[in-house]
Amino acid sequence: MTALVEPAEVRNARFAALALQPMEVVSSSSRPFFDGLKSVREVFSRRELLSLLIRRDLKARYKDSALGFVWSLIKPLTQLAIYYVVVGHFLGAAKGIPDFAVYVFCGLTIYSLFSETISGATSSIVTNAGLIKKIALPREVFPLASIGAGGFNFLVQLVILFVAALFLGGFQLGWNLAYAVPAIVLILIYTTAIGLFLSAVNVYLRDIQYLIEVSLMVLLWASPTVYSWTQARSVLGNGVLLEVYTDNPITLAVLAFQKAFWVGHMTGIAYPGLLLTRMGIAAVIGIVLIFVAQRVFSRLEGNFAQEL
Amino acid sequence: MARPDPGTTGVPAPDVIRVDNVSKRFIVRKDNSLKERLVTLGRSGRRHREDFWALRDVNFHLHAGTTIGLIGHNGSGKSTLLKIIGGILDPTKGSVARRGRLAALLELGAGFHPDLTGRENVYLNASILGLTDKETESKFQEILDFSGIGDFIDTQVKFYSSGMYVRLAFAVAVHTDPDVLLVDEVLAVGDEAFQRKCLDKIRDFQQEGRTIVIVSHSLGQIVELCDRAILLNHGEVVFDGSPREAVAELRTILEDRRQSDLTTVQVSAEARIVSAQAHADGKAVGELVTAGDDLVVDIEVASESPLVGWVCAIQIDGALGQVVYGTTTLRVGAHPGDLVGTRTVRYVLRDTHFGPGKYFVNISLLDHALRHLADAPQIASFDVEDYEVAVGLTYAVPEFEELVE
Repeated sequence: MTALVEPAEVRNARFAALALQPMEVVSSSSRPFFDGLKSVREVFSRRELLSLLIRRDLKARYKDSALGFVWSLIKPLTQLAIYYVVVGHFLGAAKGIPDFAVYVFCGLTIYSLFSETISGATSSIVTNAGLIKKIALPREVFPLASIGAGGFNFLVQLVILFVAALFLGGFQLGWNLAYAVPAIVLILIYTTAIGLFLSAVNVYLRDIQYLIEVSLMVLLWASPTVYSWTQARSVLGNGVLLEVYTDNPITLAVLAFQKAFWVGHMTGIAYPGLLLTRMGIAAVIGIVLIFVAQRVFSRLEGNFAQEL
Repeated sequence: MARPDPGTTGVPAPDVIRVDNVSKRFIVRKDNSLKERLVTLGRSGRRHREDFWALRDVNFHLHAGTTIGLIGHNGSGKSTLLKIIGGILDPTKGSVARRGRLAALLELGAGFHPDLTGRENVYLNASILGLTDKETESKFQEILDFSGIGDFIDTQVKFYSSGMYVRLAFAVAVHTDPDVLLVDEVLAVGDEAFQRKCLDKIRDFQQEGRTIVIVSHSLGQIVELCDRAILLNHGEVVFDGSPREAVAELRTILEDRRQSDLTTVQVSAEARIVSAQAHADGKAVGELVTAGDDLVVDIEVASESPLVGWVCAIQIDGALGQVVYGTTTLRVGAHPGDLVGTRTVRYVLRDTHFGPGKYFVNISLLDHALRHLADAPQIASFDVEDYEVAVGLTYAVPEFEELVE
């Protein structure tokens, strides 16, 4: 079965090759701070595995359903319909917001990127317990893979949004589209940080995944997805409360996303000033949080196998 | 077994695994819910946790090309040690260093996803074990041939029989070209033909100078496959050396444990088995039994009320629980008189030829309708000499010659 070489030759070649390799200490936790780079390298070296895991998540999710992938679109479209009819017209939020449907779908699209990846990442370590208990891997790949799978769903929704905005909103292709990029980047930074942290903590305290479900529900309403920022301002006033509300990274991303795909922003609706600057600061804070989360993750991962 | 010694092949064998002062502590918490934890927070919380040392100060270095067995009774820490070597658990103290590509067969098909096809799972599992897509592609045909899955490769894995599942998983694992292979009990799966295939593959690996660490309860397999064995008892290394001696040591430990929790099953109140001993005729209890010896089993039985037409049965089991021998007074044609009070009876088994290893004697007391009155499993044991020339449950002197016409 193996090549027709003398086993002794194979053996000698193997020994010689082994002797050249340095001995590496086996350990997954308690690495010093700069070793965060090492685990980035480890994850990067396993990027093929990462992409296979993402594909596995996507393929396995709707494997035996007749409509399959369409289901991942039905949920946001239903949400859109409810908010459009109930909040927009029954409750009258649509007054003063032109093109309300596109407006709501903008917010929902970017928000679902956040909520889906966070809830997927939080439970990722626990759902992959079988692998983690039996095989040594850089465990960061599991939350990262669920972020990747969430990202793919997002891309599909983005295409629909694009088409809808083109036909319904009559928006123009222009520089405003560029706002989508910092919005997506900002959300990805925060999902990575929060997802890494929560996936590790969830191993020790399973309450986290239920807590997250509730929090994600609250956070949807804490950003101007189905009402406008101006409406929030008229309630919160111009003080600290408004600043806190606005500087929520999700709010910033939602606002930027609306700037990108919704024509209404050109009709004189008020926006917080210095949007890009605020996003820049939020991104820097987010990157620091990724480092902190990675630290916590590598501290905790040493005991994953025995806690699961 | 006729394998050249790894040390004498020209290129010196480098160390592949170094285990230095490794200890592992598990903390068993008694307060599991959040509420309880909050209540017992702080100092009183200490009382609600128990430390348990699964491994204590384990040291060994392993040369490339060695096949090493980790043995011990259940809970001795051997699987924990294997997981620490594999990097799945972190040691509490000490360190493990290693080099080369490692594949761990701790559970076959751990990475299989039931909803994906066999083909997709091969790629995924190979990637988990560290192969690139290109490498998997080049080995795919080999993996498929080895597994014998055939056309089912494009069927979802959840429709596989358990045998197919295991075969595919094993095929992937052994084709990842590991320098170090960790094996935990998985050789005991699949049908006989497949087990043989696995063992053949392991021997190929040995020839190719790969290092193998095996955890197994099959002591025969350890003796057969390994060139070194480490015996663990309560997390400590009690023996490190030749597999034969390690296995003998383990049998002593198991024997001590067996005697400390010896139980006889009492079915009816009146009759019981008081004690039993087995030894070779003319030798003391505990001495090795050799081929040709007569085996003597002395049994003390007792009954409060008179027992008419009773039957005494004995059975001899091998170390793994296989029935090796059994007989009853009915078969022998003996008719012991009524049993009142205490009586001692003796079985003599003439000219025995047991294979090497440990044997256990089970005794049962039955009434005339063959209903069990008392059972004494493993009430006595004896050891048979380790003949270098043969293995197995029975022994005969082997001779070999060439036939010349």
